[in-house]
Order: sequence, then C-alpha cells, then structure tokens
Amino acid sequence: MTYTDKTHAAFGGQPIDTADARVLAWLIRRHGLEMTHISRGSHIGAIFSLAEIMATLYTGVLNVNPAEPKMPTRDRLILSKGHAGAAVYAALAERGFFDVEELSTHYANGSRLSGHVSHKGVPGVEFSTGSLGHGLAVAAGIALGGKKDAADWRVFCVMGDGECDEGSVWEAALQAHQYKLDNLIAVVDHNRMQSLDFCENTIALEPFTDKWASFGWNVMQVDGHDVAALRAAFEQAKQNRGTGKPTVIIAETTKGRAVSFMENDILWHYRTPQGEEYEAALKELEAQRP
Amino acid sequence: MRDAFTRALMREAAKDPKLTLVTGDLGFGVLKPFWETYPDQFVNAGIAEQGMTGLAAGLAMTGRTVLTYSIGNFPTLRCIEQIRNDCAYHNANVKVVCVGGGFVYGSLGMSHHATEDMAILRALPGVTVFTPGDPHEVEAIVPVMLNTPGTCYLRLGRGGEPYLHDGPIEGYTAPRALTLREGKDVALLSAGGILTQTVGAAKLLEEQGVSAEVVSFPCLKPIDREKLIELSQRFRHIVTVEEHSIVGGFGSAVCEVIAEAGANCRVHRIGMEDVYSTIVGTQQYLRGEYRMDDKAICARTLDWLKD
Repeated sequence: MTYTDKTHAAFGGQPIDTADARVLAWLIRRHGLEMTHISRGSHIGAIFSLAEIMATLYTGVLNVNPAEPKMPTRDRLILSKGHAGAAVYAALAERGFFDVEELSTHYANGSRLSGHVSHKGVPGVEFSTGSLGHGLAVAAGIALGGKKDAADWRVFCVMGDGECDEGSVWEAALQAHQYKLDNLIAVVDHNRMQSLDFCENTIALEPFTDKWASFGWNVMQVDGHDVAALRAAFEQAKQNRGTGKPTVIIAETTKGRAVSFMENDILWHYRTPQGEEYEAALKELEAQRP
Repeated sequence: MRDAFTRALMREAAKDPKLTLVTGDLGFGVLKPFWETYPDQFVNAGIAEQGMTGLAAGLAMTGRTVLTYSIGNFPTLRCIEQIRNDCAYHNANVKVVCVGGGFVYGSLGMSHHATEDMAILRALPGVTVFTPGDPHEVEAIVPVMLNTPGTCYLRLGRGGEPYLHDGPIEGYTAPRALTLREGKDVALLSAGGILTQTVGAAKLLEEQGVSAEVVSFPCLKPIDREKLIELSQRFRHIVTVEEHSIVGGFGSAVCEVIAEAGANCRVHRIGMEDVYSTIVGTQQYLRGEYRMDDKAICARTLDWLKD
C-alpha cells in the first residue's frame, strides 16, 4: 500500500474535499501522525495544535495557486514556528502543490522535506525557518515592501507562543506598528506549552493579548480549533486594512489536539508515535474523520 | 570612507528607485543626505538589529536591493543568524554595511571594536565580503556590490581616510586585487582600512633598503586566487595585514590559497593575535599597541626577512 493509499484509507475511496477546512485539518493530523511515525520525528504536538489554523488558511483565506506557486499577486505565508513544518507540507500536498506521496520522505536522507520547514525546492513554501523568532521580522519586511508597492496581497505569519520568548519577535512587533503594516496578519498558536513545560511555568507571557494590544496591534482572540471562528477572524483581519495597524489573531489551541493522551502532555513535544501509541492515536483520529 | 560610501550610494539610488537603505538608528551626519533626498527609500528600523536584518530580508523579497547599515559589530555579530538564515540561505538581495571595521571606535571600548567580523561573515556560504582600503576603492566597490546577486558584506572604515590610489578605479570587477606599489623583496597584502598603514610601512621599508610590493584586497570573499598564486611564486615572504583577528580573516584566507597552491613561500600574519582589546585609545594608538601600525609592520617585516 502506498503512503497516499494508507493516509487516505479512512475515506474509503470516496472523493476527498480538501477545500473543506475540517477535512483538510483532519488530513494534516493524519499526515502529521504518519510522517512523525515513519521518520521517528518530533513535534507532533505542535502539528496537531495548528491543524485548523493551517487548514483554514489554505481553504480560501490565502490567495495562492498551486499551478503558479510564485504568482506575484499571491498572499505570503511564513510559518515562523518551523518545527511544525509537516503541517505546511501536508496542507500544500493536499492542496495540489506537490504529490502527497512525497510526504513519506519527511526527515529522510536526501529529502527536501526537512523537519523544520524549508522553501528550497518545495513549491508553495515561502520561507525557511527553524530558529525561532525570525519569521515576524521577515513577514514585516515583505509587508513593508508590499505597502510601498501599493500591492493588494497580504502577509501572514504563524508563530508559537513559546516563540514569543524571543526578543526578536518584539522587535518586529514594534517595527510592524511603526510602519503601520495593516497588510500583515500574525497568528499565534497559543497552546500555552513550550519545549519543557507550560509557558506560564517557563517565561510567563500573560497577559498575552494585552501585550500585543499595548504594542499597537489589532488583537483578536479565537478558538483555534473552530474553523468557522478562525475564518471569521481572518475576514475581520481583512477589514482591518486601512486601520494602519497590524493584526494578531491569538488562536487558543491545545497542544496534541485530537488524540486524548497527547493533549496537554509535554511529552508529545518531542516524542515520536510508535507501536501501541501509534495504533491508539490512529484509532482516535479515524473515529473523528469528518 | 563613510562619505565616499554615501556619495556612491546616492548615485545608485538615483538610478534604482527601489534601492532601499535600512539603518539600525545610526548614521547621523553620514546618511542625512540620503534620507533627505530619498525619504521613500529610507527605513529606520530602530535599535533592533535582528529586526532590521529580518525586515531587510523581507523587503528584498519584494524585488528590492536593500542595504542594512550600522556600526561596529551591530549589523553583523548581533544579528548573525538573521544574516545566515534569513538573508544568505534565501539568496536575499541584502547588503550589510558596517562602518567602523577594526579600531575606528577605539576609545569606546571592546564592544565597539570590530575584530572578528571578516572571519565570521567569510564563513557564511553565499556571502560576498568586500573590504575596501581607501575612498577610491569604496566608490569602485559600491556599484559592484549592488550588482552582485545575493547577500554581501561591506566593511568600511571611518571618515577622513586618505586617498591611497592615484585616482578613481575605473572598471573594477570583483574579486580583483589592486596593486598600489611594486616591489621585489617582500609583498605586503592588506584588506580594509589598514591599507594606510601598509602603504606607510612600505615607505619605511624603502628607507631601510627593502623594496615592498603593496597589494590591496577590496574583495575578501571570493579572494583573488590568481593574484595570490602569482605573488607566492614571486616572493619568498608575504605579510598579511588586517585590523582584525588573525584567526579566520584575511591572513587565514591568504594562507588557505597559498598552502593549497604548494608555493615555496612563507606567510606572516599581522592582526589581533586571538585576543580581545582590553585597552582603549584612538584608532592609531590601538594599531600601535597591537603591533599593526606602519612602524610595527615595518619592524616585524624586517625581522621576518632576516630568517
């Protein structure tokens, strides 16, 4: 059985509507499980955390075109928390940017699908990240260029909350405000966990939304697993153009979301799903197929 | 060199309305003509070099040639990962400009002494490193750099350096080394603003009856290999001079080429000998203290020639 057959098996040969954000979010998790299982890779908790965020973006929010990944009028997306790169790869493959089968090469020798998201040779990936705290400044630079050119397209940057320990995030937050980048939309995957512990036990971020508001950003707080709420927030962000302020969507999420024993367990930041744990996770996912 | 840089940049900005200069809140008195003439091509990123460099990478991705500008170690070491990951890895058209290579800000202390930047930038794949030695070289290098694809580093000195070449350098192409003086006993090779001292040392050596050839390397990476191999065949002793650590910088680059060429020639490196500067003073004072001013270059060369 091919990788694609295996990860699509739950659909029983029926057509798969990847334009449905709930379907795409499920597929992102299915691939996230399989990709980390095959590769013995990490970060399944983060991949599951932002499945709906990524699925919503790639189902009608982002103006992108798999037939022309470098389309000049495209919206730009930077995944700043590069360790969840499997979610971007899965979304891109399912949306037709490259062959789903290639997802099986994640982490593998000679693969272009590196653990942290890479743009080298991967259609649809705008920017490579992996070291945290880089994405927002680059997104702000692209947004500044877009504003100078009076371009209609927008720039999106998906970050982690733990990532917001990095000072460079706040440098960029200041700069985006100063340069009135209302064509920039940041999303924080606010799962309240980082590498070793909960954020509040590590470097407390609360009051998190107030921090962004005090930096001069439009702030929205939404359920990051509710695709309708996310879509509404992205729509509102679109309306924020003209306010002269960048927008941040604080997406309230759960790390490891959708697999009961992974949710909110720090173990699943690094642990790879194998053996009985893989089987149990697969069973739980299959029961949730939309 | 600062003023030569601004002059050259102004000429290029007039030709390319998308050329954008991003400063880390420095350049008072240097960049003013630029921001007054081209306000739409100027961005002050604030005292935030990581943000400045990421922002520049993003701007470059919208089809712009972008320069980042700051002093000492701020545009380089402070944000080296942004240069590596965001600029160089993405072939971003970002030109990192440092004013104050070496001991330009000598009295301000070691934080402001840029003495490892050449080594560190040279180590990054995809980064072209320019180290002009006088204002003529700066004016020749700036347009070449702006036409060089991808990420570049330009290490400048300060203001007020003397012109060492007889006139403007016409038709410069990287990475060509430039001979300022021909000689037959020893070759003194120089990268960056320390060229004044290297030329001065050659004059002092002449008084001692030693004929020194002086060659400037305004492009450190890639380096002019053909010139180095030719020099290694003509001279038994080559002295490298840099206002910078001897570890990994210009002297190291010369050794790499000459060792691989298998020439019968010794290379002697002058520079900071794997130490931080712990004293302060004028640039010239510190060059003397760290044995890289014209007198020290002359004296050390005479010693080496006795071998």
